[in-house]
Amino acid sequence: MSSPAPLIKEREGFADAFKVAIGSAYVTHKDAVGELTFTVTREGLVEAARIARDQFDYQQLMEIAGVDYPERAERFEVCYHFLSITANHRVRLKVTADEETPVPSLTGLWPVAGWLEREVFDMYGVVFSGNADLRRILTDYGFEGHPQRKDFPLTGYVELRYSEAEKRVVYEPVSLPQDFRTFDFLMPWDGPEYRLPGDEKAVPQAPGAPSPAPAASAAPKVEAKAPPAQPKTTDTPAKTGAGAPANKEATKAARKPAVRKAATSGGKATAKAAPKPAPKKKSPAKPAKGDA
Amino acid sequence: MTTTLDFMVGAPQGDKPTAGDQTVSNYTINFGPQHPAAHGVLRLIMELDGEIVERVDPHVGLLHRGTEKLIEYKTYAQALPYFDRLDYCSPMCMEHSYVLAVEKLLGLEVPLRAQYIRVLMAELTRISNHMLNLGAHIMDVGAMTPNLWLFEVREDTLQLYEAVSGARMHANYFRVGGVHQDIPPKVLDRIATWLDTFPKIFEDAISLVADNRIFKQRNVDIGTVSKEDALAWGFSGPMIRAAGIPWDIRRAQPYEVYDRMEFDIPVGTRGDCYDRFMVRVEEVRQSARIMRQCLKEIPEGPIGSLDRKVFPPKRAEMKQSMEALIHHFKLYTEGYHVPAGEVYVATESPKGEFGVYLVADGTNKPYRCKIRPTAFSHLQAMDFMMKGHMLADTTAVLSAIDVVFGECDR
Repeated sequence: MSSPAPLIKEREGFADAFKVAIGSAYVTHKDAVGELTFTVTREGLVEAARIARDQFDYQQLMEIAGVDYPERAERFEVCYHFLSITANHRVRLKVTADEETPVPSLTGLWPVAGWLEREVFDMYGVVFSGNADLRRILTDYGFEGHPQRKDFPLTGYVELRYSEAEKRVVYEPVSLPQDFRTFDFLMPWDGPEYRLPGDEKAVPQAPGAPSPAPAASAAPKVEAKAPPAQPKTTDTPAKTGAGAPANKEATKAARKPAVRKAATSGGKATAKAAPKPAPKKKSPAKPAKGDA
Repeated sequence: MTTTLDFMVGAPQGDKPTAGDQTVSNYTINFGPQHPAAHGVLRLIMELDGEIVERVDPHVGLLHRGTEKLIEYKTYAQALPYFDRLDYCSPMCMEHSYVLAVEKLLGLEVPLRAQYIRVLMAELTRISNHMLNLGAHIMDVGAMTPNLWLFEVREDTLQLYEAVSGARMHANYFRVGGVHQDIPPKVLDRIATWLDTFPKIFEDAISLVADNRIFKQRNVDIGTVSKEDALAWGFSGPMIRAAGIPWDIRRAQPYEVYDRMEFDIPVGTRGDCYDRFMVRVEEVRQSARIMRQCLKEIPEGPIGSLDRKVFPPKRAEMKQSMEALIHHFKLYTEGYHVPAGEVYVATESPKGEFGVYLVADGTNKPYRCKIRPTAFSHLQAMDFMMKGHMLADTTAVLSAIDVVFGECDR
């Protein structure tokens, strides 16, 4: 184990012993990234948990987590995380469920399961049979739907605000000034799997290999330079370094103030001048301002 | 016909009516959700018999922001700042569980200096958190001065937070593969100086209450929890240690460089509110001890993984290297892909076991990120802890739980 995550030593022979002990409740188990997961049947869950607690010293139920896989026949997974403080080990039990089938409650074994199951019920709609107090817990009073399901939109369906007219909080359908923006960045970063002809000599990069970062010695050297003897200033156009103008007439015209330019040259001012009919001619309507 | 008024002011009820007798049955009061002693937005429905609490039904979720749902729509790096906003009194410890979970799935090595920095900051966070909680606890049971003094210390910790991460509270400092910025020697020096000075004001404040008769009357034998109950109700952190079980994840399942640290685990003897308070007091001293060791042993070196597919390159490097520029761009748009799998990583946050159950499906976003808050289990036990106690003890029990609703409600 190279990552600095909490070190949990493997418990010798536990997986096999537990598999035998729970008998028919066993479905499958896996040992991945140093964590042991048992999938058990719904009917056998309570017995398996009892065996884990009484025979294998998993005294604490730390967490119940739901996961939603909409494409599966039984779409929900309910994961129970147990901790043994005497054997210093963690194990995870898993059952699957769908919207209707109830999962037996563990409140008889651990009172802490009460709220944890309420949360899974609230978030996913998994029903726990035997939990005497299966109310919603995190969502609003009178909330509808199960927000952690994958088919529940991130924005939800209703929003609420305080209505000054009705002097109470009102619920309205969600209306967003801008749609929720997601970008699909998924693409193979490390390049294609196949090899182009002519690339035989190139050694392919191992996945996750560090890029050839420049060596530490090649780090940019920023040396403090002495300030120049004469500070560079640009006081006149002659000092800009642009040289003599190529077309003196054009330069002169360009440097004229805008007002005079508009008056003398008719060419460029057409767009501006066109809408106003003859600005120099006094309009006859203007002096008689008040006769409208 | 008997009106309610007649009933209340003592109309003859029962067999032997005496002048001035009142019939009082159980009644229900609503504590919170806006109450200064509720430590946030807790609503307690309490059933009282006189002044004796018969039943407590905590209503949580008033601060539910759907963090777990939001995280499913963010890349791994974008999900990190949400953790600061869980337990906003100990933000870095929240990040800690998450980055460790992702690193475990990636199998990523973290340089030693980064591990030391993380431990250093996690312990600073613990002190910061306990300063707030101890002060609030003292104030909830009626004393004012120590809270003001402890807030001085807390302010110092926040200053150090700012010096290290640039933010006083929502640090967003830990990164998958390391930490965001190195700590300059000057700041390490400042932390060392502070470690020498803060114990004085802290011990002064605690000495005002630790042996105080009134403080003890309000806390000793209030909300006692036996070892068996502590296990059954999923207690962790100072709550389980106060019950007499020397369980500390830092010791039992060491992460980062905690296996190199020397520290003691305080335990309580009676499992009451006073024990919980004193366990936290001792934890502050032990945290300072760990921080001193970190400062002494911290090695030189990189502060982030050298795997450029996960940890972004330095900005100076980007100016020179094309690969670094590409990596930077890819990391801040697409992010990294985490191999499919599931992990449950729990660390010892100041409040107890803070766990992250992370399910990855091989893409750049978590498929599911379940957060295991500490307060959730502890608050559930309010009902049996409060049974038979007086109404005024609610605040003591609640403070000793050390509940923060950003974390509890998520």
